[in-house]
Amino acid sequence: MNVDSPDFKRRAKRALDNASLQTALTATRGAFAARRAAAVAALPEFEALRDAAKAIKDHTLAHLDFYLETYAANVERAGGHVHWCSTADEAREAVLAICRGVDARTVTKGKSMISEEIALNDYLEANGVQPVETDLGEYILQLRHEAPSHIIAPAIHLNRDDWETAFRKAHTDRPADRRFAERRDIMVEAREELREKFLAADVGITGANFLIAETGSSVIVTNEGNGDLTQTLPKVHIVLASIEKVVPTLEDTTSLLRVLARSATGQDFSVYTTFSTGPRQEGDLDGPIDYHVILLDNGRSAMVGSEFQDMLRCIRCSACMNHCPVFFAVGGHSYGWVYPGPMGSVLTPALVGIERAGNLPNASTFCGKCESVCPVKIPLPNLMRHWREREFERHLAPPVVRANLALWAWFARHPAAYRLATRAASRAMALAARGRGAFRRLPFAGGWTGGRDFPAPEGETFFARYAREQRRKR
Amino acid sequence: MPDSLSAQSPPLKSPRVALFVTCLVDLHRPSVGFAALRLLEAAGCRVEVPRAQTCCGQPAYNSGDRATARDLARRILDALAGYDYVVAPSGSCAGMLRHHLPHLFDDDPNTRAKADAFAARVHELVSFLVDVRGVTHVEARYEGNVTYHDSCSGLREMGVKAQARTLLASVDGLTLKEMNEPETCCGFGGTFSVKYPEISVRMASDKTRDAASSGADTLLAGDLGCLLNIAGRAAREGRDIRVRHVAEVLAGMTEELPPIGAPTRVAKPGEGRK
Ligand code: SF4
Repeated sequence: MNVDSPDFKRRAKRALDNASLQTALTATRGAFAARRAAAVAALPEFEALRDAAKAIKDHTLAHLDFYLETYAANVERAGGHVHWCSTADEAREAVLAICRGVDARTVTKGKSMISEEIALNDYLEANGVQPVETDLGEYILQLRHEAPSHIIAPAIHLNRDDWETAFRKAHTDRPADRRFAERRDIMVEAREELREKFLAADVGITGANFLIAETGSSVIVTNEGNGDLTQTLPKVHIVLASIEKVVPTLEDTTSLLRVLARSATGQDFSVYTTFSTGPRQEGDLDGPIDYHVILLDNGRSAMVGSEFQDMLRCIRCSACMNHCPVFFAVGGHSYGWVYPGPMGSVLTPALVGIERAGNLPNASTFCGKCESVCPVKIPLPNLMRHWREREFERHLAPPVVRANLALWAWFARHPAAYRLATRAASRAMALAARGRGAFRRLPFAGGWTGGRDFPAPEGETFFARYAREQRRKR
Repeated sequence: MPDSLSAQSPPLKSPRVALFVTCLVDLHRPSVGFAALRLLEAAGCRVEVPRAQTCCGQPAYNSGDRATARDLARRILDALAGYDYVVAPSGSCAGMLRHHLPHLFDDDPNTRAKADAFAARVHELVSFLVDVRGVTHVEARYEGNVTYHDSCSGLREMGVKAQARTLLASVDGLTLKEMNEPETCCGFGGTFSVKYPEISVRMASDKTRDAASSGADTLLAGDLGCLLNIAGRAAREGRDIRVRHVAEVLAGMTEELPPIGAPTRVAKPGEGRK
């Protein structure tokens, strides 16, 4: 997928001015948070579960090579194949080769962010294989030729009328005067459209929420059941997963599942939680003949052992973005790549390079809400700050910013000079305000006064007044 | 994370407290510093204001300039050494000194140990009064409906939440009106406010809207950065809401001092603010 993150500021501005996007964001804002809060309140051991989830992931990351090898061996033992891919290119090629191997014309797809990361749909289409998204949100995005704007609610940026418009335009053999009175009508129509596609597909591609080392299984959670049809009906099932999805045991998986759905949608459990282990075995009534796992690195192994390793604990629950005021101001597309919100602001620079994604870790107030809800306790603000440090070390921050910072730092190191400078500044500003209390405009502070007044200072610094009062007391 | 450390040790009779004024209060609203002095003294503290202090270093730290942050941190450790407590009228500066400063010395065990000992003594003003000094009520009067914004670092790093409400409830004439989403960030974020002004202003607008619809005529918070942002946005929107630091109200100082961003003199006819 193209990296549009350097354009973050412009995209964010456009998003703030986009009335229909703002309507969609306002409609969902708060709902995720309220549902999570209710689910957490109903489970007294939730905090302890967070610690357990974090510990499982930390342990796995400390022995990542071991668990990946164990996982791969168990997949092969169950009759599946593992394709180790270090880049997006390799992953795409591996998928295409499997499709070509069975002369696939269409492939159905469950929701997968790795598929977005490697821009799989465009690649398959360009090579004569038609991908069909079967997750409802992904389905409409495919109709609209759009990328997801959220990792679990991909079409969160759309309103009901966007759905209607897209469906009327795409499903032209249906009566033009049909009505979409409720959300259900949209679902029913999508389901009917997808039914034949499920049956016709030669290959089914899904993502994975977890890969279980001890059994060689992959796990997906969905609320629509589309993932199950995608992986059981076609001859071939391809699992797309990145390396940090591996967990040691089934037991660990259940611990993580307990925090995943609650953090994501506030459900105790997702509607469908599906485990798949290898291809159809003798005696099985259904399931694929061939089972492949594309195991993607794409920059992640370089995070192991670095200050960004904590990010690899992420289980993609989306709680961080669901609680992020910046995300709900500008929407997911502003972030310019696959992963939006706080987790994207840390992960994107690691995967595409800080020179292209520098805006993302900077566009945070460090309010800390994301960290407070993350089920695996990733210190997201700290990690964003580490990216700012990398930027600073490499002189990627704008020269004006550096110069201002250097000037301020000099004064901050010299208290006497600092006292004089602040005293003069405070007095000058108070005089300039002439008793009006606030400035409508300030030289060099257009950023501030574009949408806000700047309150005038009292006029005498604390230290000046304090010294004066101390003298008087003596 | 409320402070378990201080809750365990018996309260000192009259502790020596260093007031960390914070650079914004020094420069912009010194009265908040004097309000803090008043409150701390009323709570039995012997307060001093070490002269060598400037800034907690957040502008450098949050801009990725770790070397400068470290350098300032060393100076802070020297300037504020030897007190029973260090108290700041700001959750974000207190959070910097308490939770972040020690990590600047992760690779320097000696300074790190010193920094840890220092950090354990750092408090945010309101939570210090309630949790450490056991203050449950203040002598102050304020006529008005007040809403309290939970500034992010105060709330999430220093555990300030109930303490502010406890003390506000003891102010004569004051009615507390909770707003929708009091814990949502106001969009200040230090340099964020000027690096991403449109996003910052949007977040500030959400805050002023929520404050206004709570029915309050006054918004209080414990961090001057947030307050400048909220007051600035409210003024631009022409909202009729007074914005103040919580310490001004608790110290009964509101008569002496106009709200943040409000005129200090009566405008002449035809000289409106706009
Ligand atoms: S960073 Fe944490 S909160 Fe965000 S998606 Fe990952 S696990 Fe969930």
